Amino acid sequence: MIENRLVRFLLPVLGLALLIAAWHLYVAAFNVPVAVLPRPALVLDSMIANWRLIVSEGWITLLESLYGFLLAFALGVPLAVAIAGSRTLNLMFYPLLIATQSLPKVALAPLILIWLGTGMESKLAIAWLVAFFPIVVDTATGLRNTPAEFLDLATAVRASAFQTFWKIRFPAALPFVISGSKVAITLAVIGAVIGEFIGSNEGLGNLLLVANSQINIPLAFACLIGLAVIGIGLYAAVAAVELALKPWFGAAAHS
Amino acid sequence: MTADAAFGVLDRVGKSFAGPARGAPDIVALEDVSYSFKQGELVSLLGPSGCGKTTLLRIVAGMTRVSRGRVEIRGREVTGPQEDFGFVFQAPNLLPWRTVLANVLFPMEIVGRNDAAAKRRALELLDLVGLSAFAKSRPHQLSGGMKQRAALCRALVPGPSLLLMDEPFGALDELTRMEMQDLLLDIRRVSGTTVVFVTHSISEAVYLADEVLVFSRRPGRVIDRIRTSLVYPRNAALRYTPEFTALEHRAGAGLGVVRERAAS
Repeated sequence: MIENRLVRFLLPVLGLALLIAAWHLYVAAFNVPVAVLPRPALVLDSMIANWRLIVSEGWITLLESLYGFLLAFALGVPLAVAIAGSRTLNLMFYPLLIATQSLPKVALAPLILIWLGTGMESKLAIAWLVAFFPIVVDTATGLRNTPAEFLDLATAVRASAFQTFWKIRFPAALPFVISGSKVAITLAVIGAVIGEFIGSNEGLGNLLLVANSQINIPLAFACLIGLAVIGIGLYAAVAAVELALKPWFGAAAHS
Repeated sequence: MTADAAFGVLDRVGKSFAGPARGAPDIVALEDVSYSFKQGELVSLLGPSGCGKTTLLRIVAGMTRVSRGRVEIRGREVTGPQEDFGFVFQAPNLLPWRTVLANVLFPMEIVGRNDAAAKRRALELLDLVGLSAFAKSRPHQLSGGMKQRAALCRALVPGPSLLLMDEPFGALDELTRMEMQDLLLDIRRVSGTTVVFVTHSISEAVYLADEVLVFSRRPGRVIDRIRTSLVYPRNAALRYTPEFTALEHRAGAGLGVVRERAAS
């Protein structure tokens, strides 16, 4: 068991180390210019030299992503409840939701910037926009796919529609809510960065653009690593919630 | 048997389902089932898969509507699930996010009687089925037999006058299944609950029942009524007596399995 856990921790680290080594060897062997691809050590130097900047700009991007996600969650779950609970609302809004999804939301970003300005609000709005859909759709899917035998139980004990919803359908949908959230939180980071790319004077996305324009490629790479850390961190937070709920659901979704 | 003595009456019950395609003829699941049973009796509905015995059980439970005929329990027509019915499903059907105790109390919670007395009764029942140490466990921590015992407690917690069981032990291994059958007989002896029990196991039907109703293949019809008249308390030794074997043989002949075997 312990050996297994060690292997499971060490192998990904080894994979990463191999990638960095290959990167280094490639740059050294072919004498790649720094402006094209800096050595890993230079990126590390840049991270150390600029860490305050990366952390403070990263914090802004983190907040934009997180707030966008939370807003998507806070609005998406009730909407999913509404469309799963009402045939009328479902017919009214579900096709609209699907249509919205097929629209590349990046295309809306310039408009949102005009509406909300270049501050935090526009980034949050774009993050919200991309995170909203997976939460609504997965939650609604979960609410609609309550195992039939649970609904049979509800019938047998004469549960009201309201009781069936809150005591059976909603808790049974929670694993779906979480899987939607996992997708949504990753998308929220992308949304925030897109917002920063299009118009902003702060955040890691902005810093990345600045570094690029100054051909400070090591700093650009440092920003990328910062973004990866934010994305992984937020995803891990949702995964931790899922893990905490695991005893609730057992190995399978239902027994 | 006089009409007054009957606890449950099935009067020419029939059920049809819409055909598989538009314009296809309806599928007749049950045809002309008439039967009556007394309070405290245990009736087995025995038949091949798809013979409509589960449909009949659900009709008695008020979970499925009849197409023809009527069902009366204690003189009142059944049109929906009743408060004093307990239902045990084929799968344990425990809600995975609730503890075992909270699952058992679920029906009480629904009717708004989840009080101290209900909890006391739930714990007594869990104790009776040997699950008191697992009251706070989650369903996924239980074996199949334990889950089904918890499900039995859930059906019993409101103190039902009629217990309806849909092949509840079908998914269990042989030994667990025999244990569960004895447990059911014990519970029924203590509570005096009337039980309707669906099974496709000949020996289970005979072992448990006061009367076995043997069903034909679809459309389901009662082709034999076998009053077992076996002594109580029943135990495993009974399974090896000539009278038990004779009853099994008769039920098997009704289902056609005994004759088929002799012919091959």
